[in-house]
Amino acid sequence: MDRSSLSRSRRFAPAVALAAAAALTLAGCSSSSGGKKSEESADGASAGKATTPRMTIALVTHQSPGDTFWDIVRKGAQAAAAKDNVDLIYSADPSAANQATLVQNAIDKKVDGIAITLAKPDALKDVISKAKAAGIPVVGLNSGVSDWQKLGLMEFFGQDESVAGEALGKRLNEAGAKNAVCVIQEQGNIGLTQRCAGVKKTFTGKLQTLNVNGTDMPSVKSTITAKLTQDKSIDYVVTLGAPFALTAVQSASDAGSKAKIATFDLNKDLTGAISKGTIEFAVDQQPYLQGYLAIDSLWLYKNNGNYMGGGEQPVLTGPAFVDKTNVEAVAKYAAKGTR
Amino acid sequence: MGMTQHAEPAVTTPPASGPGRVKDGRTSERPLALRLLARPDVGVFLGAVAVWVFFLIAAPPVREGSAMATILYQSSTIGIMALPVALLMIGGEFDLSSGVAVITSALTASMTAFQLTMNVWVGVFAALVVSLAVGFFNGWMVVKTGLPSFLVTLGSFLILQGANLAVTKLVTDNVATDDISDMDGFAQAKKVFASSFEVGGVQLKITIVYWLVFAALATWVLLRTKYGNWIFAVGGNKESARAVGVPVMFTKISLFMLVGLGAWFVGMHNLFSFNTVQSGEGVGQELIYISAAVIGGCLLTGGAGSAIGPVFGAFMFGMVQQGIVFANWNPDWFKAFLGVMLLGAVLINLWVSRTATRR
Repeated sequence: MDRSSLSRSRRFAPAVALAAAAALTLAGCSSSSGGKKSEESADGASAGKATTPRMTIALVTHQSPGDTFWDIVRKGAQAAAAKDNVDLIYSADPSAANQATLVQNAIDKKVDGIAITLAKPDALKDVISKAKAAGIPVVGLNSGVSDWQKLGLMEFFGQDESVAGEALGKRLNEAGAKNAVCVIQEQGNIGLTQRCAGVKKTFTGKLQTLNVNGTDMPSVKSTITAKLTQDKSIDYVVTLGAPFALTAVQSASDAGSKAKIATFDLNKDLTGAISKGTIEFAVDQQPYLQGYLAIDSLWLYKNNGNYMGGGEQPVLTGPAFVDKTNVEAVAKYAAKGTR
Repeated sequence: MGMTQHAEPAVTTPPASGPGRVKDGRTSERPLALRLLARPDVGVFLGAVAVWVFFLIAAPPVREGSAMATILYQSSTIGIMALPVALLMIGGEFDLSSGVAVITSALTASMTAFQLTMNVWVGVFAALVVSLAVGFFNGWMVVKTGLPSFLVTLGSFLILQGANLAVTKLVTDNVATDDISDMDGFAQAKKVFASSFEVGGVQLKITIVYWLVFAALATWVLLRTKYGNWIFAVGGNKESARAVGVPVMFTKISLFMLVGLGAWFVGMHNLFSFNTVQSGEGVGQELIYISAAVIGGCLLTGGAGSAIGPVFGAFMFGMVQQGIVFANWNPDWFKAFLGVMLLGAVLINLWVSRTATRR
């Protein structure tokens, strides 16, 4: 052993001892409940792999970073891609102009198919016709149920936000609600506005809207609390995303309000809250299905010339209601982050 | 001793003030009321009172104790971060990464505890280490490179924003962390960071207490300690501060680490009150913290400000934000109302200090 390595090992000795001591201390700090250990090993839905030639599909959405909803769409798309021997390129940008650039990037890469969300259809018109001119099939998903045919998309997978809102409004009527508040976490988002407008259309009681700052949970919590304090007759809070519903539960308890909570969209904590009864019900638009079908449809078109929905009608993935009666069936998939 | 103090390069002698000094005729005629009004934090205090009185009239629910508790809670989560951000600004630097740093801290604690199935306190301490390290990195980069802190922390803002998402996705395969509320130590940590207590039938959140205690502590440090003098000195003129023996590097790096400490604290509050963390949150909060400090009388150029001013700045933010809801104004105009009210409050502040200093 030469000198330098000897001195190095000496220098590291205290560090190693410290690390070992830390590891021992930490070992004594194990949690006896919850945590990774109690989580069952989660396998996504998977099957064999197609033997069709490798193809490349670009999925371009208007996801804002870190949104649980879009994560589920993406997982659906990845499952279909794995099964169909597809190389999936995922990209997203909430700004319409940037989304158009991402579609242009996909055209430049000469992909075999493009799946796109039409949150702002007019901004994407030009780039969609460019894709068509380049002979690339384009399908739509999630947003744009009223525009996909006009823009010449082959197929569409999603839920009509207004229809979903209307369904929720009817559900509130059945529950006997008189005064509800619709909580918008991102002011100016078309889809969210349509949801509230849909609820307003069918709901026979009074519906108010409330804008909250979706990037700051304590602020969401206090703003909903403030609203429930301001109008004590509110008996239903409708949130437009799962994390906000869970926060609304805390707000209602803080405000001493008896208001019940209902929401659009699911996640795994939300299914738990539904089975506990702290949240009444959720409208699920099955984002996994949207991502899955968009990729699968392009594969079917390429390999067998099929059109889902016959090319005339959109394929609706929602609205499906999840409440206490059916939550058990959904919960195990939600726990894996696929429902 | 007042609440605010301006850059004082001669740190070895405390700034002279008050009676007992030789009067030179220039300050002698100014009555106490005017001298008080000239202080930037008195201006913001009056602005905050004006906003409060306005909503007392415009929004009847604000008169209830429970509504005030909600407003104070919102103000406290802004205010706790606004304090170290204000100290840093007095020290002449910015931190644009403070908003996402809060989420970084919460994510670190949650994922460490959950993935290793450890007592949540292990996660809490891991988060503390990470938060302080982020602060150290920011400070060290600023001091070593001499680049404007605006640029350095813009970089770390983007790095943290990306890392929050990517690491969460990598570790949990989701974009939000797992619920840790059933794990060992959670109930205890919730008591420390996110509990509430009753005063006269009103539920108050514990963050309000921390906010005021931290503000008192920061005021004491700024006005009564050598470190406080160093902060004013490095924010006023770095070179002369160094010339009189102020450890500029230590002061600046430690100020950035204080912001890290604040981010850790608020991050822990977020985690233990909401059980999970969404990795995309926090963006834009840094501007709210900085605004609260600026409204509170901290100069954008450094060297002047107080710890008590940002308390009123944060209160003004919380008051306006919730007051609009309590007043039941058209929610479409929410942001516009917020802007107008804040601008109005700042103008009152400015007018008060101008009137007071006019001779």
